[in-house]
Formats: sequence, C-alpha cells, structure tokens
Amino acid sequence: MESIEEMKARAEQAISGARLEIVPNPGPAGQPSLLLDHEHAFAVANFLRADPALRLDYCSNVTGVDWLDRTVKKKVKVKKLVDGVEKEIEETQEEFFPGYLEAVYHVYSIEHKHGPVVVRLRTRDRAEGAPLPSLTPVWRSAEFQEREIYDLYGIHFEGHPDLRRILMWDEFTDFPMRKDYREPDDYEYEPTPHDEVLEKAKQHYAPRPAEDGAEHLAAD
Amino acid sequence: MIDESLKGELQKQGIWVTSMQELYNWGRKNSIWPLQFGLACCAIEMIATAASRYDLARFGGEVFRPSPRQADLMIVAGTVTKKMAPQIVRLYNQMPDPKYVISMGACAISGGPFKQGYNVLKGIDRYIPVDVYIPGCPPRPEALLHAFMELQRKIDGQKLSGASQAEFLKENTPSEYPVPAFGAHDLEPPANLDVFHPPAIERA
Amino acid sequence: MTADLPEIAESPQRGMSSHLAGELLEVSMGPQHPSTHGVFRMNVALEGEVVRKLKPVFGYLHRNHEKIGENTSYLGSMPYTDRLDYFCSMTNNWAYALSVEKLAGIEVPERAEYLRIILAELTRLVNHTSLLGFLLSDMGAWGTPLMYAFRERERVLDLFESLSGSRMMCDYMRFGGCRVDLPAGWMERARQIVDGFPRFLDEFEELIT
Repeated sequence: MESIEEMKARAEQAISGARLEIVPNPGPAGQPSLLLDHEHAFAVANFLRADPALRLDYCSNVTGVDWLDRTVKKKVKVKKLVDGVEKEIEETQEEFFPGYLEAVYHVYSIEHKHGPVVVRLRTRDRAEGAPLPSLTPVWRSAEFQEREIYDLYGIHFEGHPDLRRILMWDEFTDFPMRKDYREPDDYEYEPTPHDEVLEKAKQHYAPRPAEDGAEHLAAD
Repeated sequence: MIDESLKGELQKQGIWVTSMQELYNWGRKNSIWPLQFGLACCAIEMIATAASRYDLARFGGEVFRPSPRQADLMIVAGTVTKKMAPQIVRLYNQMPDPKYVISMGACAISGGPFKQGYNVLKGIDRYIPVDVYIPGCPPRPEALLHAFMELQRKIDGQKLSGASQAEFLKENTPSEYPVPAFGAHDLEPPANLDVFHPPAIERA
Repeated sequence: MTADLPEIAESPQRGMSSHLAGELLEVSMGPQHPSTHGVFRMNVALEGEVVRKLKPVFGYLHRNHEKIGENTSYLGSMPYTDRLDYFCSMTNNWAYALSVEKLAGIEVPERAEYLRIILAELTRLVNHTSLLGFLLSDMGAWGTPLMYAFRERERVLDLFESLSGSRMMCDYMRFGGCRVDLPAGWMERARQIVDGFPRFLDEFEELIT
C-alpha cells in the first residue's frame, strides 16, 4: 500500500480544490491519518473507494472523539535581546487550540487486502448539532455507526439516510459521550464509594445530627 | 401446626396428614416455572444451570416459559439498562400472582461493574420487588441453584392466613407496578419509592 | 452517486394462495421473546411468514464501556472487554491486549503467544458449540441439541476455570503476555478434550440428521 503522503498527493490531484492534511501519530503504532475538509470529503471518499490502486471498500469502524479546548506548551528557541546582546534562548510558548468533535473512519480494502487507512473529519466547534458530511453513501457499513456518533456526541451527519438515535431512547436529549456530560444523580445507595463517586454519594447521606459528641473531638 | 412425631407415626401406618398450607406451598415450590428472560452474560450461566450438568429441572424449573402469562418466576439475569427497564416492569406486571423475582448477578442487584453509566439502571429493585439476590459476576450455576432452594424455602414459609399472611394474598398489595417512562435525561421516576428501600448508610 | 447496494430479490409466493397475499403485518418482535439472543428488538413487516422489511432497534444492552473507560486505567478496562461478547471472553481480552501492545510497542514472549493461540482456539470451540445449540433450538429443535452442546462446553469451561479461576469471564490476557502460567496437567487434559471433540461432532450430527 502506498504511503499516506502519496495518497494525499494523488487525492489532491484527482479532486480539484480538495485540501487534505496529514495528522501525525508519533509513537510505536505509527498510524497517521488523513484529515478531510467538509466540502470535498464526499468526493475524496469516493476517490478512495474507486481508485484502482487503493480500492478501500470496507469501512470497519467509525468512532467519534471529543476534543476540549486545550493549550499546548511548546519550548521554542527564540532570538531575543538580553542585556543588549542578541542571544538564542529557550522560551515556552503557548498555543491555544479550540475544541472540536471528530469522526474517525477506519477503511480497509478487501480486494487488495491492505489497510487500514484512517480518515478523519472535524467539526468547526463543539456546538450541539455540529454538521459533518455523511460518508454512508460511500461505505454502507457506516450507517449505524454514524447514527451512534450522532446519538452519543451530537454530530449531525448531512446526507445520512436515516439519522436518529440508536442506542439511547428517542426522548433522550443529552449527548452522553461528550466530556462535559453530567449523568443523572442516582447515587442513593453506594456501599463502597471513593473519589468522585464519594462526592456524589455524599449528597444523599443523612445530615449529621447537631449534637452527637463530635464537637468535643479535638485535632491531635 | 401438626406435631411432627405424630405425623411420623401416622405415616408409618400409611396415613398422610397435611394442612392446606403445606400442600399448597409444596405444590408451588416444587414446580416453579421460570420466565425465559436472559439479558446478558448471566443468562448464559442461567442456561448452563438449566443444561445437563447443573440440572435445574430436578428442582422443578423444568420448563422455561417464553410467555410471562405462564411463568411464576422471573430471573433477571444480566445488566438492566434504562432502555430495557420499562419492558421489564411491563413483563413483571403481566405475570400472574403469586410471582417471584430472583435478581441474578451483580448487574441486576445494583448495576454491577457498569454502575457508573448513563444507561445502566442501578439495580432492578428500584422498580419491582425482589425476593432473592445472587451476587457474582457471573454467579456460578451452583449459586443459582442455591438461590432457587432459598426461594423454595421462602415459599414454604409463606402462610395462607393470619396476620403474617403472604403478601400476595393481602387485598391491598399491588400486583402491578407503574412502568417508568423515558424522560429527557433519565427514566421518570428514577426509582419507585414504594419498592426501593436502600439501607441508609451512616458515614462520617 | 450512491454505492451499489444489492438488489433484494423478490421471493416467489410459497404455499400461499394469491388472494391472501398482499397485506403486510407489522409485528414488533420485542426485546424478550424465545429467539432473541440477548435483547434486541426487530420491527418486522411480515407477509405470511416471509419477512419483507426489518428495522432493528438496539440499545437495550448499551452498557457504556467507552464512558467507563474514560475513568479507568488501561488494565482496568480489561475485565469489561470480557463482557462485550460473553461467549468468547479470551479473544476479546486478546484483541484489547493486542491493540495496547501495538500502541506501546510491547513485545510478547513466544510461550505467551502459543498460550494465547491455544486459549483462543478453545474459546472458538466453546463459542461455536453454543452457536450450534442455539441455532438448532431456534430452528425448532427446542433444546435437545442445546443440552448436548452445553455438555461439551462444560468440559472446556472446566479447563478455563482451572487456568484463570473463572468459567466465563476469564480476564486472562495482559499487555505483554498472559496472566499466569499453566497449572500442572493442564496440557494433557486439554489434549484429551480436543481429541474427544470429533466424536462429539459425529454424535451431534447423528442426533440432528
């Protein structure tokens, strides 16, 4: 299978105006992914499926990821004036990345027996109902999985034939896998709580009676 | 009740003496028909209990009825999710009295390993009354047999008349419980307070 | 623009006179009925006994392993993988261990690789005998093949129990190998059980044909 840079170059050549990016993946796994833009995502996906060298016709997994706002600190060597002399010193620079939601597709080729190629789509922001183009018409196995991402993250897939909740019930209004989801409070009976669960369970404990002798205890 | 030694003497002569309560309870406890209701992994252990090695049929659970109208025991085996909870309560309502519930496995008792979850109901005893609890994940088939025998002992001890009459014979015990509805964030109501009595934990 | 979806063939009318055909009966085969394996609801549109349309409804066993995984360590998620497909817990463990080993670049020793394969194949035996049992009891054989299949399954589950301590939820694979080495005599017993398996298949085939 050709490398991801070659795939990117050929896709940008085949579809005019398409802007792809490679998201690197440092570490032993070494699986970089292709980030597609919204307008040309459908065309690029069709290209990936139809191209004779690639023939990526099996989408095995579609997941969602929730990225919150984060600041990344980088150490950068900067030339600065120190006591009148220009020196190169190390400075910590902060870069702010606003949060977004992502849909990650793992596609394989059954014909050529290669893969996986990881394809990503990013929303502009983390609003509920953030739109993304649906790749279900290209890979049918994405149908239920995009419904699951809609159910759990709130990404609205445009062009999906049947977008409704799949795992939670239809009247549910929250999107549970988001990092800022707060689950309902049913911690009445917790025999062995600790950490966060302990905090939540304490809301239900009976209030301590006013005079039970604890006021006479002194810290030793 | 009748004196046991007198009973023994009469039996040696070939005369069997019993009471209505003993006979009624003996018939019921030795022919408990479970409802075929497996949700998740504990269901497999339930089926393994009914299979040939740990035979549940010798205790009376010969046929697993698929229809709730013909069953008198519901073994809630597996994780109860909030999406499934209304259906479980409906099934329980459809069972005729006297009916019993065994809560099998950690998930049915209190949510189990999946307790910190948005879709997991933290115990089926929030909505329906449970008679026997079996801890374990999954509990061994011997544990289910032990629970079955506990249930049989409990049925044996149920009185037909008097002050400590069995619950299902009293006039004002409900045999149907309200079915929870799907709300926007959680089931409504989150628990049935007539049924759900968690022990109060005193903590510092 | 759409991908080529297979055409659903029109099946010929079988055994039904023409004036009865035509109306679709919608039945909600709900989460509890004799042939659901696990809870799964199907809204089917039936024409006699032929299923014309089917809309599945999921979610009745959504146990949010992903959300729990946000708060556990890598190893803490391992018991949850057992419970995803409860018939083949060792292979689920293995898949998770493989992915973490790929992420971290961990090498697995040779003996552990062999052990993993042996246990995965035994799990496959367990899984597929249960499949036979359930398939046949769905098709109307009402439980007898299931008893035979489960009898065979119990033998392999004994092996699992002597190795990992639990019949079904083994939680045996770790990142970089297996949890514990084989006890004495395990290999001989496993060989005996596997050697006796073709005889069980012959007996099973005689039972159902």
